[in-house]
Amino acid sequence: MAIYECPGCHYRYDEELGDEHEGYPPSTLFENLPDDFICPDCGVRYKEDFERVSDS
Amino acid sequence: MTTYTLQHPEKGLISYTDKKRYLWLSSVFMPIFPMLGILAYFATGSEWALGLPIFFSYVVIPFLDWGIGSDEDNPPEEIVPQLEEDRYYRVLTYITVPMHFIVLIAIAWFVGTHDLSVAALLATAITAGMYSGLGINTAHEMGHKKTALERWLAKIVLAVPAYGHFCIEHNRGHHTEVATPEDPASSRMGESIYKFALREIPGAFFRGWNQEKVRLERQGRSVWHWKNDILQSFAISAVLQLGLIYAFGWIMIPFLLVHNVWAWFQLTSANYIEHYGLLRSKEESGRYERCQPHHSWNANYIFSNIVLFHLERHSDHHANPTRRYQSLRNFDNLPELPNGYYGMYMIAYIPWLWYRVMDKRVLALPHINGDLSKVNIDPDRRDEIYARFGGGGQSPTTPLAA
Repeated sequence: MAIYECPGCHYRYDEELGDEHEGYPPSTLFENLPDDFICPDCGVRYKEDFERVSDS
Repeated sequence: MTTYTLQHPEKGLISYTDKKRYLWLSSVFMPIFPMLGILAYFATGSEWALGLPIFFSYVVIPFLDWGIGSDEDNPPEEIVPQLEEDRYYRVLTYITVPMHFIVLIAIAWFVGTHDLSVAALLATAITAGMYSGLGINTAHEMGHKKTALERWLAKIVLAVPAYGHFCIEHNRGHHTEVATPEDPASSRMGESIYKFALREIPGAFFRGWNQEKVRLERQGRSVWHWKNDILQSFAISAVLQLGLIYAFGWIMIPFLLVHNVWAWFQLTSANYIEHYGLLRSKEESGRYERCQPHHSWNANYIFSNIVLFHLERHSDHHANPTRRYQSLRNFDNLPELPNGYYGMYMIAYIPWLWYRVMDKRVLALPHINGDLSKVNIDPDRRDEIYARFGGGGQSPTTPLAA
């Protein structure tokens, strides 16, 4: 499990927690997010822009 | 006045004082503006007084922008985190939320209890709509933020003009597709504001609704589930507006219809002028280039920026959508509107004048430099625009953005 961060607004996607509001249950791996995933907070950074920042 | 300081390892002591700090307080006094006409009506007994707020917005504010001028003050980047943490600025936005409810109810009371001519009713409804349009602007500021409180307040204030889909559609739709032919909220060269409104208002609603549907489906829920953020806001709208009809009678139906449409049209007006003719190019991957500062029109006039929470510093907003209004910066060499938003709205409402003012400005931008293939053009007017500006009247047969 890892944490990925939006380089623009610093939204963090923690694979362990998922993102309930967005409909990604806990343990959803970042690589399993849709290809057209866009940062839910700023809306201007794509999936491939996200940086892996740490293991959770 | 608060001064923010920081000891920087290389730059030494950095300090910044926000010269506009107390000017932002004017948002708290903004309800005076829609109520001005009604107060003047009570003072003079003349229905003409009800037109004062409209006159103020579309005539006085453009002159104030022209007279007071622009504002070059920018916070240093290192200070921005401190500025963002200062709760004073966000509290001002919170306070505006109940004001929008109070003002609409007060104006509805006035309309429901006074015998007004059709023209006076129209002027009052437009005034109420202009102020609720500012509510959409406040929702825009709060809806971009990460805190649950601000997102909820955005949803609540959007209920006043019944525009509950705005934050979803704007954050996920407009910011992603801005300055592309696919974006219903980016206007095209040669497209009048009236044609744009008919594309933008329904287009934005359906885009927002579909995005919410997809999100809820991922949660395993129906789009009609009560957790639908759009439906939550519309439920508040229904309580508010049906309550006004119940309290003040059938006169509320035309009043609220004009109020709602004018508030939406304020947003349409902002969207129309913010990206007119600007186009992101497509990369080989088929994806559009990232939104650049030259994909937004900016205005840096002090007065209208204070009214609109720095919305006119639009390039920085698109580069950093979650940045708070007090931290947005002005940059040189950006597409620049010749007046503030209210003055430009007025010009936009007269399409031939808008084209005359803006088309040459679009083509003169350094990254376009007369090249129509770099302009977002209304497909219905492509041949005409090529004939006029393109030198030979030969418009490409394939869409320019492809």
